[in-house]
Amino acid sequence: MVTLLTESGEYAASGAEARGEALWCPARDAEAATGWVAKPEGLCRGEVCVPLPAGRGREFVDGGRINLAALWRHLGRPVLHSDRGHVWVLAESAGDRATALASLQAPDFTLPDVAGRPHRLSDHRGKKVLLVTWASW
Amino acid sequence: MWQALYEELADRGLVVIAVAMDSREGDPLPWIEAAKPTYPALIDRDHRLAELYGIVNVPQAVWIDEAGRIVRPAEPAGAYEGFRKMNRATREMPEDVARLTTQARTTYLDAIRDWVRNGAKSAHAFAPDQARGHLPALTESAVRAQAMFRLGQTLLRLGETAEGQRLLQHASRLHPESWCIWRQGADVTDQGLAALPDFWERVDALGEKRYYAPVDMKGMP
Repeated sequence: MVTLLTESGEYAASGAEARGEALWCPARDAEAATGWVAKPEGLCRGEVCVPLPAGRGREFVDGGRINLAALWRHLGRPVLHSDRGHVWVLAESAGDRATALASLQAPDFTLPDVAGRPHRLSDHRGKKVLLVTWASW
Repeated sequence: MWQALYEELADRGLVVIAVAMDSREGDPLPWIEAAKPTYPALIDRDHRLAELYGIVNVPQAVWIDEAGRIVRPAEPAGAYEGFRKMNRATREMPEDVARLTTQARTTYLDAIRDWVRNGAKSAHAFAPDQARGHLPALTESAVRAQAMFRLGQTLLRLGETAEGQRLLQHASRLHPESWCIWRQGADVTDQGLAALPDFWERVDALGEKRYYAPVDMKGMP
Protein backbone atom coordinates (compact mmCIF):
# COMPACT_ATOMS: atom_id res chain seq x y z
CA MET A 1 0.00 0.00 0.00
CA VAL A 2 1.25 3.46 -0.91
CA THR A 3 -0.14 6.77 0.39
CA LEU A 4 -0.30 9.40 -2.35
CA LEU A 5 -0.43 13.08 -1.41
CA THR A 6 -1.71 15.09 -4.36
CA GLU A 7 -3.16 18.53 -4.97
CA SER A 8 -6.67 17.24 -4.26
CA GLY A 9 -5.95 15.18 -1.18
CA GLU A 10 -4.60 11.96 0.25
CA TYR A 11 -5.16 8.58 -1.39
CA ALA A 12 -4.43 5.04 -0.26
CA ALA A 13 -3.34 3.24 -3.43
CA SER A 14 -3.57 -0.39 -2.40
CA GLY A 15 -2.15 -1.84 -5.60
CA ALA A 16 0.66 0.69 -6.04
CA GLU A 17 4.27 -0.41 -5.88
CA ALA A 18 7.31 1.78 -5.30
CA ARG A 19 10.56 0.60 -6.85
CA GLY A 20 13.41 3.04 -6.29
CA GLU A 21 12.42 6.25 -8.07
CA ALA A 22 9.53 4.56 -9.90
CA LEU A 23 5.96 4.53 -8.62
CA TRP A 24 3.86 1.98 -10.49
CA CYS A 25 0.19 2.57 -9.90
CA PRO A 26 -2.81 0.61 -11.18
CA ALA A 27 -4.68 2.70 -13.76
CA ARG A 28 -7.74 3.01 -11.51
CA ASP A 29 -5.72 4.32 -8.53
CA ALA A 30 -3.75 6.66 -10.77
CA GLU A 31 -6.92 8.17 -12.17
CA ALA A 32 -8.61 8.50 -8.77
CA ALA A 33 -5.59 10.22 -7.20
CA THR A 34 -4.40 12.39 -10.09
CA GLY A 35 -6.94 12.34 -12.92
CA TRP A 36 -4.31 11.04 -15.39
CA VAL A 37 -5.18 8.10 -17.68
CA ALA A 38 -3.31 6.22 -20.41
CA LYS A 39 -4.67 6.64 -23.94
CA PRO A 40 -3.28 5.71 -27.37
CA GLU A 41 -2.08 9.32 -27.81
CA GLY A 42 -0.18 9.35 -24.51
CA LEU A 43 -1.03 10.20 -20.94
CA CYS A 44 -4.05 12.43 -20.60
CA ARG A 45 -5.90 14.44 -18.02
CA GLY A 46 -9.21 15.83 -19.24
CA GLU A 47 -8.58 17.44 -22.63
CA VAL A 48 -4.82 17.64 -22.12
CA CYS A 49 -2.63 14.84 -23.51
CA VAL A 50 1.11 14.51 -23.11
CA PRO A 51 2.78 12.34 -25.76
CA LEU A 52 5.35 9.94 -24.33
CA PRO A 53 8.98 10.28 -25.46
CA ALA A 54 9.64 8.03 -28.47
CA GLY A 55 10.92 4.60 -27.51
CA ARG A 56 10.50 5.27 -23.79
CA GLY A 57 6.81 4.43 -23.43
CA ARG A 58 7.51 1.49 -21.15
CA GLU A 59 9.05 3.85 -18.57
CA PHE A 60 5.60 5.41 -18.20
CA VAL A 61 2.98 2.80 -19.00
CA ASP A 62 3.26 -0.93 -18.54
CA GLY A 63 0.23 -3.17 -18.90
CA GLY A 64 -2.49 -1.71 -16.72
CA ARG A 65 -0.09 0.40 -14.66
CA ILE A 66 1.23 3.97 -14.86
CA ASN A 67 4.53 5.15 -13.42
CA LEU A 68 3.25 8.32 -11.80
CA ALA A 69 6.71 9.38 -10.62
CA ALA A 70 8.07 9.26 -14.19
CA LEU A 71 5.06 11.20 -15.45
CA TRP A 72 5.50 13.86 -12.76
CA ARG A 73 9.20 14.29 -13.53
CA HIS A 74 8.37 14.45 -17.25
CA LEU A 75 5.93 17.28 -16.42
CA GLY A 76 8.65 19.10 -14.45
CA ARG A 77 6.80 18.76 -11.16
CA PRO A 78 8.29 17.92 -7.76
CA VAL A 79 8.12 14.25 -6.73
CA LEU A 80 9.14 13.32 -3.17
CA HIS A 81 8.87 10.08 -1.25
CA SER A 82 9.67 8.59 2.12
CA ASP A 83 12.80 6.45 2.49
CA ARG A 84 10.71 3.28 2.42
CA GLY A 85 8.62 4.50 -0.53
CA HIS A 86 5.32 4.11 1.32
CA VAL A 87 4.38 7.83 1.15
CA TRP A 88 4.73 9.95 -1.99
CA VAL A 89 4.02 13.60 -2.70
CA LEU A 90 3.08 14.50 -6.27
CA ALA A 91 3.17 18.30 -6.18
CA GLU A 92 2.46 21.13 -8.60
CA SER A 93 5.37 22.96 -10.21
CA ALA A 94 6.49 26.40 -9.07
CA GLY A 95 5.70 27.71 -12.54
CA ASP A 96 2.14 26.37 -12.46
CA ARG A 97 1.57 27.77 -8.99
CA ALA A 98 2.95 31.18 -9.93
CA THR A 99 0.81 31.25 -13.09
CA ALA A 100 -2.27 30.35 -11.05
CA LEU A 101 -1.60 33.18 -8.59
CA ALA A 102 -0.87 35.67 -11.37
CA SER A 103 -4.38 35.04 -12.75
CA LEU A 104 -5.49 36.57 -9.42
CA GLN A 105 -8.23 33.95 -9.21
CA ALA A 106 -7.94 32.88 -5.56
CA PRO A 107 -6.73 29.24 -5.51
CA ASP A 108 -9.56 27.13 -4.12
CA PHE A 109 -9.07 24.85 -1.13
CA THR A 110 -11.03 22.71 1.28
CA LEU A 111 -9.97 22.57 4.94
CA PRO A 112 -11.68 21.17 8.04
CA ASP A 113 -12.95 23.09 11.06
CA VAL A 114 -12.43 21.80 14.62
CA ALA A 115 -15.37 19.41 14.23
CA GLY A 116 -13.76 17.98 11.09
CA ARG A 117 -16.41 19.53 8.83
CA PRO A 118 -14.92 20.51 5.45
CA HIS A 119 -15.15 24.14 4.29
CA ARG A 120 -14.45 25.27 0.74
CA LEU A 121 -13.29 28.79 -0.08
CA SER A 122 -15.37 28.99 -3.27
CA ASP A 123 -18.58 28.39 -1.27
CA HIS A 124 -18.23 32.03 -0.15
CA ARG A 125 -18.30 33.46 -3.67
CA GLY A 126 -20.50 36.58 -3.70
CA LYS A 127 -18.99 37.88 -0.47
CA LYS A 128 -15.73 39.57 0.35
CA VAL A 129 -13.39 37.18 2.12
CA LEU A 130 -10.68 38.08 4.59
CA LEU A 131 -8.56 34.92 4.54
CA VAL A 132 -6.37 35.24 7.60
CA THR A 133 -3.79 32.83 8.98
CA TRP A 134 -2.63 32.39 12.57
CA ALA A 135 -1.00 29.66 14.64
CA SER A 136 -0.69 28.51 18.24
CA TRP A 137 3.10 28.48 18.02
CA MET B 1 -9.90 40.81 17.13
CA TRP B 2 -11.31 39.00 14.06
CA GLN B 3 -14.55 38.10 15.84
CA ALA B 4 -15.27 41.78 16.62
CA LEU B 5 -14.47 42.79 13.04
CA TYR B 6 -16.65 40.02 11.66
CA GLU B 7 -19.60 41.02 13.84
CA GLU B 8 -19.18 44.61 12.71
CA LEU B 9 -18.95 43.86 8.98
CA ALA B 10 -20.82 40.59 8.36
CA ASP B 11 -24.01 42.45 7.41
CA ARG B 12 -22.06 44.43 4.84
CA GLY B 13 -20.91 41.26 3.10
CA LEU B 14 -17.60 40.34 4.73
CA VAL B 15 -16.68 36.78 5.66
CA VAL B 16 -13.66 36.09 7.83
CA ILE B 17 -12.01 32.71 7.31
CA ALA B 18 -9.34 32.16 9.96
CA VAL B 19 -6.93 29.33 9.28
CA ALA B 20 -4.66 27.89 11.95
CA MET B 21 -1.36 26.81 10.43
CA ASP B 22 -1.02 24.11 13.07
CA SER B 23 0.19 20.58 12.40
CA ARG B 24 -0.33 19.08 15.86
CA GLU B 25 -3.98 18.31 16.36
CA GLY B 26 -5.17 19.97 19.55
CA ASP B 27 -2.65 22.83 19.63
CA PRO B 28 -5.04 25.47 18.25
CA LEU B 29 -8.15 24.24 20.09
CA PRO B 30 -7.82 26.27 23.35
CA TRP B 31 -7.33 29.43 21.29
CA ILE B 32 -10.40 28.73 19.18
CA GLU B 33 -12.49 27.94 22.26
CA ALA B 34 -11.45 31.25 23.82
CA ALA B 35 -12.18 33.27 20.65
CA LYS B 36 -15.66 31.72 20.22
CA PRO B 37 -15.66 32.44 16.50
CA THR B 38 -18.91 32.55 14.54
CA TYR B 39 -16.92 32.64 11.27
CA PRO B 40 -15.23 29.52 9.87
CA ALA B 41 -12.17 28.63 11.98
CA LEU B 42 -10.21 26.08 9.97
CA ILE B 43 -7.11 24.02 10.57
CA ASP B 44 -4.38 23.58 7.97
CA ARG B 45 -2.08 20.93 9.41
CA ASP B 46 -0.05 20.52 6.18
CA HIS B 47 0.23 24.29 5.50
CA ARG B 48 -1.54 23.96 2.16
CA LEU B 49 -2.21 27.72 2.16
CA ALA B 50 1.54 28.27 2.13
CA GLU B 51 1.71 26.22 -1.09
CA LEU B 52 -1.22 28.00 -2.70
CA TYR B 53 -0.78 31.60 -1.53
CA GLY B 54 2.87 31.87 -0.55
CA ILE B 55 2.17 32.34 3.17
CA VAL B 56 5.49 32.49 5.07
CA ASN B 57 4.47 33.82 8.48
CA VAL B 58 1.45 34.46 10.67
CA PRO B 59 -0.64 36.50 10.86
CA GLN B 60 -0.73 36.93 7.08
CA ALA B 61 -3.96 37.58 5.21
CA VAL B 62 -5.32 37.69 1.66
CA TRP B 63 -8.22 39.87 0.55
CA ILE B 64 -10.56 38.16 -1.92
CA ASP B 65 -13.44 39.99 -3.61
CA GLU B 66 -16.98 38.79 -4.41
CA ALA B 67 -15.82 37.28 -7.73
CA GLY B 68 -13.10 35.24 -6.03
CA ARG B 69 -10.29 37.53 -7.20
CA ILE B 70 -7.32 38.45 -5.05
CA VAL B 71 -7.25 42.19 -4.38
CA ARG B 72 -4.46 42.07 -1.79
CA PRO B 73 -2.06 39.08 -1.90
CA ALA B 74 -0.58 37.50 1.23
CA GLU B 75 0.88 40.11 3.59
CA PRO B 76 1.18 40.66 7.34
CA ALA B 77 -2.29 41.32 8.76
CA GLY B 78 -1.90 44.33 11.04
CA ALA B 79 1.17 42.92 12.75
CA TYR B 80 4.16 44.96 13.87
CA GLU B 81 7.37 43.36 15.06
CA GLY B 82 7.46 45.24 18.35
CA PHE B 83 8.45 42.04 20.14
CA ARG B 84 11.95 42.48 18.71
CA LYS B 85 12.37 45.63 20.79
CA MET B 86 10.85 44.41 24.01
CA ASN B 87 12.92 43.75 27.09
CA ARG B 88 13.35 39.99 26.93
CA ALA B 89 13.70 39.61 30.70
CA THR B 90 10.72 41.73 31.80
CA ARG B 91 8.76 41.40 28.51
CA GLU B 92 8.17 45.16 28.73
CA MET B 93 7.63 47.11 25.54
CA PRO B 94 9.00 50.64 25.08
CA GLU B 95 6.13 53.11 24.80
CA ASP B 96 6.88 54.21 21.22
CA VAL B 97 6.96 50.57 20.12
CA ALA B 98 3.63 49.86 21.81
CA ARG B 99 2.22 52.85 19.93
CA LEU B 100 3.49 51.53 16.58
CA THR B 101 1.96 48.13 17.35
CA THR B 102 -1.42 49.74 17.92
CA GLN B 103 -0.98 51.86 14.81
CA ALA B 104 -0.32 48.80 12.64
CA ARG B 105 -3.43 47.03 13.90
CA THR B 106 -5.69 50.09 13.64
CA THR B 107 -4.43 51.01 10.17
CA TYR B 108 -5.04 47.48 8.92
CA LEU B 109 -8.53 47.15 10.42
CA ASP B 110 -9.54 50.58 9.08
CA ALA B 111 -8.31 49.55 5.63
CA ILE B 112 -10.54 46.46 5.74
CA ARG B 113 -13.51 48.64 6.75
CA ASP B 114 -12.77 50.97 3.84
CA TRP B 115 -12.57 48.06 1.40
CA VAL B 116 -15.84 46.56 2.64
CA ARG B 117 -17.52 49.96 2.24
CA ASN B 118 -16.03 50.98 -1.10
CA GLY B 119 -15.03 47.75 -2.84
CA ALA B 120 -12.73 48.18 -5.83
CA LYS B 121 -12.86 51.98 -5.33
CA SER B 122 -11.12 51.65 -1.97
CA ALA B 123 -7.57 53.02 -2.01
CA HIS B 124 -6.55 49.78 -0.27
CA ALA B 125 -7.91 47.40 -2.92
CA PHE B 126 -5.17 46.87 -5.49
CA ALA B 127 -5.95 47.11 -9.22
CA PRO B 128 -5.04 43.83 -11.01
CA ASP B 129 -1.56 44.89 -12.16
CA GLN B 130 -0.80 46.32 -8.74
CA ALA B 131 -1.97 43.10 -7.08
CA ARG B 132 0.28 41.07 -9.42
CA GLY B 133 3.18 43.29 -8.44
CA HIS B 134 2.65 42.38 -4.80
CA LEU B 135 2.47 38.58 -5.25
CA PRO B 136 4.94 36.59 -3.19
CA ALA B 137 7.65 34.77 -5.17
CA LEU B 138 6.86 31.06 -5.50
CA THR B 139 10.35 29.79 -6.25
CA GLU B 140 11.29 26.21 -7.17
CA SER B 141 12.94 25.71 -3.79
CA ALA B 142 10.01 27.21 -1.85
CA VAL B 143 7.52 24.97 -3.67
CA ARG B 144 9.71 21.91 -3.12
CA ALA B 145 10.08 22.86 0.54
CA GLN B 146 6.32 22.98 1.04
CA ALA B 147 5.93 19.54 -0.57
CA MET B 148 8.69 18.23 1.71
CA PHE B 149 6.96 19.79 4.73
CA ARG B 150 3.76 17.95 3.80
CA LEU B 151 5.64 14.66 3.45
CA GLY B 152 7.35 15.25 6.81
CA GLN B 153 4.08 16.03 8.61
CA THR B 154 2.46 12.92 7.14
CA LEU B 155 5.34 10.77 8.42
CA LEU B 156 5.11 12.38 11.88
CA ARG B 157 1.43 11.45 12.00
CA LEU B 158 2.41 7.88 11.11
CA GLY B 159 4.77 7.86 14.08
CA GLU B 160 7.93 8.01 11.95
CA THR B 161 9.45 10.78 14.02
CA ALA B 162 13.11 10.73 13.00
CA GLU B 163 12.47 10.86 9.26
CA GLY B 164 9.61 13.34 9.68
CA GLN B 165 11.76 15.76 11.71
CA ARG B 166 14.63 15.42 9.26
CA LEU B 167 12.31 16.39 6.38
CA LEU B 168 10.99 19.42 8.29
CA GLN B 169 14.53 20.64 8.93
CA HIS B 170 15.48 20.08 5.31
CA ALA B 171 12.35 21.95 4.19
CA SER B 172 13.31 24.90 6.39
CA ARG B 173 16.80 25.03 4.84
CA LEU B 174 15.26 24.99 1.36
CA HIS B 175 12.87 27.83 2.24
CA PRO B 176 14.54 29.88 4.98
CA GLU B 177 12.13 32.82 4.51
CA SER B 178 9.30 30.70 5.89
CA TRP B 179 8.82 31.26 9.59
CA CYS B 180 5.82 28.93 9.36
CA ILE B 181 8.02 25.96 8.44
CA TRP B 182 10.71 26.86 10.97
CA ARG B 183 8.44 27.59 13.93
CA GLN B 184 6.17 24.60 13.30
CA GLY B 185 9.22 22.35 13.47
CA ALA B 186 10.84 24.09 16.44
CA ASP B 187 10.69 23.11 20.10
CA VAL B 188 8.23 25.18 22.13
CA THR B 189 8.04 26.83 25.56
CA ASP B 190 5.69 25.69 28.33
CA GLN B 191 3.17 28.08 26.80
CA GLY B 192 3.44 26.31 23.45
CA LEU B 193 5.40 29.12 21.78
CA ALA B 194 8.31 28.49 19.45
CA ALA B 195 10.21 31.23 21.31
CA LEU B 196 13.15 29.41 22.88
CA PRO B 197 16.69 30.82 22.51
CA ASP B 198 17.02 29.33 19.00
CA PHE B 199 14.07 31.48 17.91
CA TRP B 200 15.64 34.66 19.27
CA GLU B 201 18.93 33.79 17.59
CA ARG B 202 17.16 33.39 14.28
CA VAL B 203 15.29 36.69 14.78
CA ASP B 204 18.49 38.53 15.72
CA ALA B 205 20.20 37.14 12.62
CA LEU B 206 17.67 39.11 10.52
CA GLY B 207 19.57 42.28 11.40
CA GLU B 208 17.95 45.12 9.46
CA LYS B 209 15.58 42.76 7.65
CA ARG B 210 11.97 42.69 8.80
CA TYR B 211 10.36 39.77 10.59
CA TYR B 212 7.02 40.78 9.07
CA ALA B 213 7.44 41.88 5.47
CA PRO B 214 6.69 45.57 4.89
CA VAL B 215 3.05 46.25 3.96
CA ASP B 216 2.24 48.69 1.15
CA MET B 217 -0.57 50.53 2.94
CA LYS B 218 -0.77 54.22 3.82
CA GLY B 219 -0.18 54.79 7.54
CA MET B 220 1.38 51.38 8.16
CA PRO B 221 4.58 51.56 10.24
